[in-house]
Amino acid sequence: MNTNTKLRPATPIVAVALLAAAMLIAAAARAADAPKIPDTLQQRIAACTTCHGVHGEGTPGSGYFPRLAGKPAAYLARQMQDFQNGLRKYAPMEYTVRQLSPAYMQEIAEYFAAQQVPYSRSPLPPVSAATLQRGEQLVSKGDPASRIPACASCHGNQLTGVQPSTPGLVGLPYDYLSAQLGSWRTHTRGTVAPDCMAVIANRLSDSDITAVAAALASRQLPADTHAQAAGSVTPPLPCGVLGATGDGT
Amino acid sequence: MKWLRRLLLLIAILVLLLVGWLFFGGGHQPTSPAMSKVTAATLHDPALIARGGYLVKVGDCAGCHTAQGGAAFAGGRLLATPFGNIPVPNITPDRDTGLGDWSFEDFWQALHAGKGRHGELLYPAFSYTSYTKVTHDDALAMFAYLQSLPAVHQTSRPLMLDFPYSVRNSVAAWRALYFKEGVFQPDPQQTAQWNRGAYLVQGLGHCNECHAARDSLGGTPQDMHLTGGQIPLQNWYAPDLSTRRNGGLHGWSEQDIVDLLKTGQSAKGTAFGPMADVVAGSTQHMSDDDLRAVATYLGSLPARPPAAEEPSPFNANSLVQQGEKIYTQHCADCHGKDGNGVAGIYPPLDGNSSVTEPSGINATRAVLLGGFAPLTAANPRPYSMPPFAQQLSDAEVAAVVSYIRGSWTNKAAVVPERDVSKDRQTPID
Repeated sequence: MNTNTKLRPATPIVAVALLAAAMLIAAAARAADAPKIPDTLQQRIAACTTCHGVHGEGTPGSGYFPRLAGKPAAYLARQMQDFQNGLRKYAPMEYTVRQLSPAYMQEIAEYFAAQQVPYSRSPLPPVSAATLQRGEQLVSKGDPASRIPACASCHGNQLTGVQPSTPGLVGLPYDYLSAQLGSWRTHTRGTVAPDCMAVIANRLSDSDITAVAAALASRQLPADTHAQAAGSVTPPLPCGVLGATGDGT
Repeated sequence: MKWLRRLLLLIAILVLLLVGWLFFGGGHQPTSPAMSKVTAATLHDPALIARGGYLVKVGDCAGCHTAQGGAAFAGGRLLATPFGNIPVPNITPDRDTGLGDWSFEDFWQALHAGKGRHGELLYPAFSYTSYTKVTHDDALAMFAYLQSLPAVHQTSRPLMLDFPYSVRNSVAAWRALYFKEGVFQPDPQQTAQWNRGAYLVQGLGHCNECHAARDSLGGTPQDMHLTGGQIPLQNWYAPDLSTRRNGGLHGWSEQDIVDLLKTGQSAKGTAFGPMADVVAGSTQHMSDDDLRAVATYLGSLPARPPAAEEPSPFNANSLVQQGEKIYTQHCADCHGKDGNGVAGIYPPLDGNSSVTEPSGINATRAVLLGGFAPLTAANPRPYSMPPFAQQLSDAEVAAVVSYIRGSWTNKAAVVPERDVSKDRQTPID
């Protein structure tokens, strides 16, 4: 009883001290637990990089998500805008970019445009030599009889794209390429009028789409994969994305 | 039994039609702008137009009345309802296709009484159940603003409703059940701030149109106020806005509510799904006074009893263990092992009402879709979450969502794999 009385005044102090210490430790532990998040654009755009790769390298293995690295910035920004406006249809992309401001989309586009990562090969479906040959013809010469211009006439001699708005076609997976050509025909991919690629895609037969996608996806990479300089090509068709230049029909 | 059900349905339809016809027989002449009591000079008053612009933002009119990639307020968006699609009309002042020929009297009749220019009953996809509370003065300002917009010529598409809902007079029966016409009446027992908040939340803000469950006729029973509910067809869950524990705003301070509505983020959670659009298009533009009023009102909602802590329908141990592994691998780097998130960047998952809401839809779809936090003036370069739809199987998503819903202080039911597979198929709108 006596001991108890002596101890009583000390108890609350000890308890408070212990509690304070425990709280400090807990707070410190909590602060240490909180992840350290870098203030970088790369960190901010995890929603993009999870499919397109941290450096926009795409997913060559799965064959669907396109490479973004090194594509002209204006092209990439335009695609995000087209998804926002519903001109280009792919629900996960529409959902992801739906709120982004023009300034933020430009910043993201510039990030991917500036990335330099090696290209890699995607799986190709088995196609005949004749198909590949037809594809190669369309890529480099086109088919004047069907009024199909060569891919190279807009996308650059080496198909590495042209600044500022024409994407490179090398290093893209077969599945992605054939899906895009198909979606121009089904109006699930479009852009500002006149939509020259929609015109061209509608002049391609089904077998042409297979051929050209296979030829592009199997092409050897040029030594220099940078997009050609602005103004270095004259498009054969009027294209809205190129300021409707072009003189053919 | 089938014939009996059919017979009952037929009788119900006939009764609806009869009631509709009785309540609403003849037509009604629109008031032409020239005959209106409101003068053109009034409608051109810049101060009135500016106030109307603010109120139209508060009501997020553009949210429905603008199609994806379309001109603002020119309509054209298809509003999907369980009863069919409703194309949203053009409300720019175009004379042929918009409100160019409308008088304020016509506008008031639509907003306040839910009736079109010719007296036709409007479908409640236009939330006049809430807008009826808007004051005459505010409605006038909104009308002045809408009339000041550039006219866009865009014809509204016809309704695509299923029978019997396609019979417009059937709305009369619906209105008898769910619609009470009347401007908001302030509660003299409450402060001016509380009343302002209640007015905004119940009226123009039309929060209850999503944040309360709808019954099989698409109506919200009168006693269901902000109790939370699944948004039909969009399939997101708008959480309970009372201070309820485990699924409501338990622990939210007024500042947390203001932060979420102003910036898209708060210490308690981040807006996503349809609410992200509401924040970006509407609430971020609200004045601090109005946001504080909304917070005061929401904070005063009766604290409903905590949502039931549902016992797991099966032994969930292995599911939750698997979920913890996935969480450690894919989620903990941003949301923290303790589920507390990172202040100002990634939302906490512990105590997050979108995690613990009863359906599990929000957490599941957030994992599948990822996405950016709302883009607001306060947060112009938001951080984002990766979509896991491509990386995780239905079983894995079920595991990690179940783990998150049952960890730390969260006590929500597990999410079965079949729900994930259903949510994966939900169209993204």
